[in-house]
Amino acid sequence: MSVIYVLLAISIIVAMVFFAAFIFSVKNGQYDDSYTPSVRMLFEDELVKQKKSLQKSNMDTSIESNN
Amino acid sequence: MEVQQFYYDNKIVKKFIYATMLWGIVGMSVGLLLAFMFLFPNVTDGISWLSFGRLRPLHTNAVIFAFVGNAIFAGVYYSTQRLLKARMFSDVLSNINFWGWQLIIVAAAITLPLGFSTSKEYAELEWPIDIAIALVWVAFGANLIGTMIKRRQRHLYVAIWFYLATFVTVAVLHIFNSLELPVSALKSYSVYAGVQDALVQWWYGHNAVAFFLTTPFLGLMYYFVPKAANRPVYSYRLSIVHFWSLIFIYISGRTSPLIILRIAGLGSKPWGSLFSYVDSSFLGWYDQWSFDLEGCLGQGAYGSYA
Repeated sequence: MSVIYVLLAISIIVAMVFFAAFIFSVKNGQYDDSYTPSVRMLFEDELVKQKKSLQKSNMDTSIESNN
Repeated sequence: MEVQQFYYDNKIVKKFIYATMLWGIVGMSVGLLLAFMFLFPNVTDGISWLSFGRLRPLHTNAVIFAFVGNAIFAGVYYSTQRLLKARMFSDVLSNINFWGWQLIIVAAAITLPLGFSTSKEYAELEWPIDIAIALVWVAFGANLIGTMIKRRQRHLYVAIWFYLATFVTVAVLHIFNSLELPVSALKSYSVYAGVQDALVQWWYGHNAVAFFLTTPFLGLMYYFVPKAANRPVYSYRLSIVHFWSLIFIYISGRTSPLIILRIAGLGSKPWGSLFSYVDSSFLGWYDQWSFDLEGCLGQGAYGSYA
């Protein structure tokens, strides 16, 4: 059974590391706002498609101007 | 304000999804064969590498670490990039993670039917494969932490914390349970003996379920369920409490029902049972109820999708 002390020590070390991370993130203001992040994650700002259509329209206008 | 342009790595996500499907089919087919062996026990008689004892670990390893494992990676690589607004830290590490993991699975699919096994449940693979698992897992963790460092989004969404906890705890569990002394290329003995070995093994076994099968998926649910419903979780505050209570209690608590009741033999003492039941009930809260609550309270939002 003595190995249980090793397991407990490992568990406590892991818990302490995360406790430090917890204190650090609270002090850093990670949890000052406990609502906005849940909404923000719903938005993506992928501009790839928009950019393509922009390029296309640019091309169109350039063709038009050539004419 | 400067507009930055970058690209998410969707190829690695696709690779992991294809691998998930492939190993899902393989792992469950082996499971089906094993189920048939309950009806027709002699169906593979005479073929040692198709015997029940060798196929069962192949089935469990394939479903847990190949099917579920690749699903975790696919979900984590997809959502981490979007939550942190950054491409994965290193494409090289991503590919080491992918190909290394598939090689490990192939190695398991060869060695287990041939009878190379440490006989520790869910940790049957022999020492060279154990080392490979540790290295590939650390590559995954380095990639995840690297992405966290170069992120463009200051707040770490709760899902990221679940992924980070998965990396740290699975690494610790795997390394300490797999400490073994090799005697040949494919044979080793655990450094722990007798009941000590049983204790470490089931500290690993229960926590493997907790931190490989549960924790990453809680994180994935906190990303994909709101995304699918296009609504935020019912209470983001509850999800934060969920994560931090889980990480402080889970790793030590998961050990207790089995150790207290069976190994320490305290199940025969009333307070031993009571402690174990109370402890386990709290764990139920930490690991499942928090998310169930989110689901129930937000039912108006999620109901139409169910």
